[in-house]
Amino acid sequence: MKDDDAHPRETTLGFSRRDFIKISAVTAAVPLVLGTKVVEAAGEEVTIHGPGKVPVTLNVNGKKLSAELEPRVTLLDAMREQFDLTGAKRVCDRGACGACTVLLDGKPVYACSVLAIDAQGAKITTIEALAEGDALSPVMQAFVAHDAQQCGFCTPGFVVATTHFLQQHPKPSAEDIRHGLSGNYCRCGTYDGIRAVALAGGKQS
Amino acid sequence: MSQYSWPDPATRPLLGKSISRVDGPAKSSGRAKYTYDYNPQGLLAGNILRCPYAHARITSIDTSAAEKMPGVKAVVVIQKPGSEIFWAGDEVVGVAAVDEGTAEDAMRAIKVVYEVLPHFVSDAEPPKTVAADTGPVSSDDFQDMEENQVPDDEVIAAIQKRGVSFKPEEKDYESMKGMGVEPAVIAALRKAKFVPAEAKQKSPYKKTGLQTTGAPDKAFASAAATVEGVYGVPCIVHSCLETHGSASEWNSDKELVVHISTQNVSGIAAQMAEPLNVPAGSINVLQQNVGGGFGSKFSADRWDINTANLSKAAAGKPVKNMLDRRAEFEVAGMRPSAYARVKIAADKDGKLVAWDSRSWGTGGVGGGGTPPLPYIFEIPNQRKQNTAISTNQGSARAWRAPNHPQAALITMSAIEDLAAKLKMDPLEFISRNLEIAGPRAQTYREEFAIADEMMGWKKNWHQRGDKTPGNIKRGMGLSMHTWGGRGHNSDCDLTIHPDGSVEIKMGTQDLGTGARTIITIVAADTLGIPMERVNLLYGNNRYPQSGGSGGSTTSGGVTSSTRRAAVDARDALFAKVAPALKAQPEELEAVDGTVRVKSDTSRSLLWKEACAKIGAVPLTVRGKNPDKEKPPDLTNSGVGGVQMADVSVDIETGMVRVNKMVAVQDCGLVVDVKTASSQVYGALIMGISYALYEEKILDPVTGRVLNPNLEFYRLAGLSDIGELQVHMMTGKGYDERGVIGLAEPPVVSPGASISNAVANAIGVRVPFLPLTPDRVLEALDEAGGSHG
Repeated sequence: MKDDDAHPRETTLGFSRRDFIKISAVTAAVPLVLGTKVVEAAGEEVTIHGPGKVPVTLNVNGKKLSAELEPRVTLLDAMREQFDLTGAKRVCDRGACGACTVLLDGKPVYACSVLAIDAQGAKITTIEALAEGDALSPVMQAFVAHDAQQCGFCTPGFVVATTHFLQQHPKPSAEDIRHGLSGNYCRCGTYDGIRAVALAGGKQS
Repeated sequence: MSQYSWPDPATRPLLGKSISRVDGPAKSSGRAKYTYDYNPQGLLAGNILRCPYAHARITSIDTSAAEKMPGVKAVVVIQKPGSEIFWAGDEVVGVAAVDEGTAEDAMRAIKVVYEVLPHFVSDAEPPKTVAADTGPVSSDDFQDMEENQVPDDEVIAAIQKRGVSFKPEEKDYESMKGMGVEPAVIAALRKAKFVPAEAKQKSPYKKTGLQTTGAPDKAFASAAATVEGVYGVPCIVHSCLETHGSASEWNSDKELVVHISTQNVSGIAAQMAEPLNVPAGSINVLQQNVGGGFGSKFSADRWDINTANLSKAAAGKPVKNMLDRRAEFEVAGMRPSAYARVKIAADKDGKLVAWDSRSWGTGGVGGGGTPPLPYIFEIPNQRKQNTAISTNQGSARAWRAPNHPQAALITMSAIEDLAAKLKMDPLEFISRNLEIAGPRAQTYREEFAIADEMMGWKKNWHQRGDKTPGNIKRGMGLSMHTWGGRGHNSDCDLTIHPDGSVEIKMGTQDLGTGARTIITIVAADTLGIPMERVNLLYGNNRYPQSGGSGGSTTSGGVTSSTRRAAVDARDALFAKVAPALKAQPEELEAVDGTVRVKSDTSRSLLWKEACAKIGAVPLTVRGKNPDKEKPPDLTNSGVGGVQMADVSVDIETGMVRVNKMVAVQDCGLVVDVKTASSQVYGALIMGISYALYEEKILDPVTGRVLNPNLEFYRLAGLSDIGELQVHMMTGKGYDERGVIGLAEPPVVSPGASISNAVANAIGVRVPFLPLTPDRVLEALDEAGGSHG
């Protein structure tokens, strides 16, 4: 739908990130084909995907998972909607809150801000793989013991972030914690418990 | 006669201890499922085209292109051409499609033409020329007052003084009663004088009459000290991390299953029945976990009705529509703003003698809340007037402790300013005035003594304005609060199976407060068995009904019904077991996983052996709250709490940091110290967040929210909170009052205590929350630019 001067009050939706991603692809003036195409942009070779569905294979929690996805689909939405991995939550959907934190090749990332097609080839680890079967990981047990959760919606993201943080800082200082765990929001206000988890090095006491 | 009263500390193995929440493992491992996670085979993505204008009329809607798009399964017009829209983001057309991308594409293909109308979104101080609303109370006026929780005595006074321009019928009174309108208000309506409505000038302002108590002019004239100030808080947004929304699926024309993110599992079906034209009994409402509510999730909203309609239009296939973050900010509720010009006076002994306030605020189209001013203190001479401002933005919803945080900020700031003028420690000043602090005066006295110890208040407090050289100034502030919290209506069924397993069914919900944990604690404690043996089934409206989780009413309600059910089930079990133990039922006790004779504990059966005596049919009893036939009352109303804050302010940058906060809180009998304390920690953190960062900003030109996302609507993060200490009042004087909820009270005081601490640090009042750097610097500049 185009803005039309004859109908200045016709609505358009806001300009969302997904529009941007889609428009970028369209501006490259590629015919609607399935699969990829290489074009030159700004003097560099760029691979064009979509805009139709393309086959995507992700390496999640040690398993190869495949689906036909539009290139605009984020890693978060692919995991939640295609593979029923719903531990990572969609909250802000634009890289502000950390509720969708997963590990990409061992590093924490916001899965809402990574496209599924870009995550191909990387090793993706989600909250679901941090628990050892039915048993909780030590960090999860510490979240329970320190009551570092209330409604629980931010908790999986915080557990992933805290797990990685404690691998990097096994004995963190208060300052380390302030810096290292500032990338996630909680609305119920469970930071005091999370801070206690981190100060205890991920142990229950 | 069974003994329902709460057990003594000596005979309660679990109740009152510190126990980890039972749903902790499911939540920390990511296995806990929320409405947002519901993802059955064939799920369609629902979405809504929303109006981009703050005030408009729909001229035409053309959905034909969208309907033809591949993958689009249903298009439903929510508001037809001709409809007037009163806030940006209001629902216009619903779409269901095979995936979210297709639904978004379809919405872009819908053409809606609007006639844009003038909007008004400012909650700035009303012009002095606005006249008080003296005409009769209209049906709209009355509904606005009720929705905004205007105190009952003020509603009654308005009805009596102004008359009413509507004539409620008997069924209207019934529905008012159902919605919780107080009997005294209904009685006033019945007796009200009918006055025909007069043509009114259209104005966004609704001003109450001037209310006067005592002789304020005389009291001000003879007071030893008087201060005047302006104080206030803007609109803020609940920002539930799980947005509002639901999934609907029609199993047949008449059987609807709804998964919904709600605080009100038992109440949703009745709200959906009429708009969907199906009996409430045919709607099954389900929810296991909810990602935050804070008062904003009691209703089945228009978008939920739309989701059910989309499912119906798509041959009953499941459709899910969770709001996106922008919609959540624009339409899913907020806390009303409140501002006031205040004059307050004390006599030479530091006793409060007079209060004058002209307050205003907005809660959207319906006007604003009326903060109970002055808060807590029954100042003998008062004059006050409130102006509610109608603005073109999504309506306010209950936000933890409706109207109290605003009232506390306004009142406690004025009191602190007055104490500063008297060069008096505010803790001392308040102590001198506790006799007019209402029924919880003694609680406050005890709590302030504890808070003083925890904070080192008396040791460290200084006169207003930190004289330490350099740009970092440190100060302390305090506040206090109260809330009701009586347990709501709650029913549950408790079953003891012959194999020894125990099951509770209750149509309630756990917002992360620990409701599930305390129900389990009460049942296990009463039956003398480990908590693992109790299987709590909840989150389903087919279970016995329990109230919505609002107003801190859940803890009192669900623990009372559970206690009565557990006592009755236990005593029924005793009757079955007594012959085998050669005793009378009343001689038995259930302790440590056994049923045994109190006077001879060697005559004992393991719990499982005892339950085998039940016979083939499980033993099920219904527990209720309230239940006058099974006294005593196990819940209560009215709690007190106090808080203190220690902050540092950089007078060059205007940055405020919380160094430490302490909270001392009463909630009657504490069932689980751990989850109760977490609730208070959480309230402190949410309070720091609204004190320092949160503000819903509306653009006067477009009428839209400028920060409808979590980058520009800032929440406190882990690095912003400082050291926090919580003390729960327990033991004598508290335990015997019964169980009282805790969600509202501790979130009332943080704004006031932090604002007071900032004033104490920098020597001047920053009038409005949030205490952002620009506001701090502006206040310093106005006071004479003493910095830099």
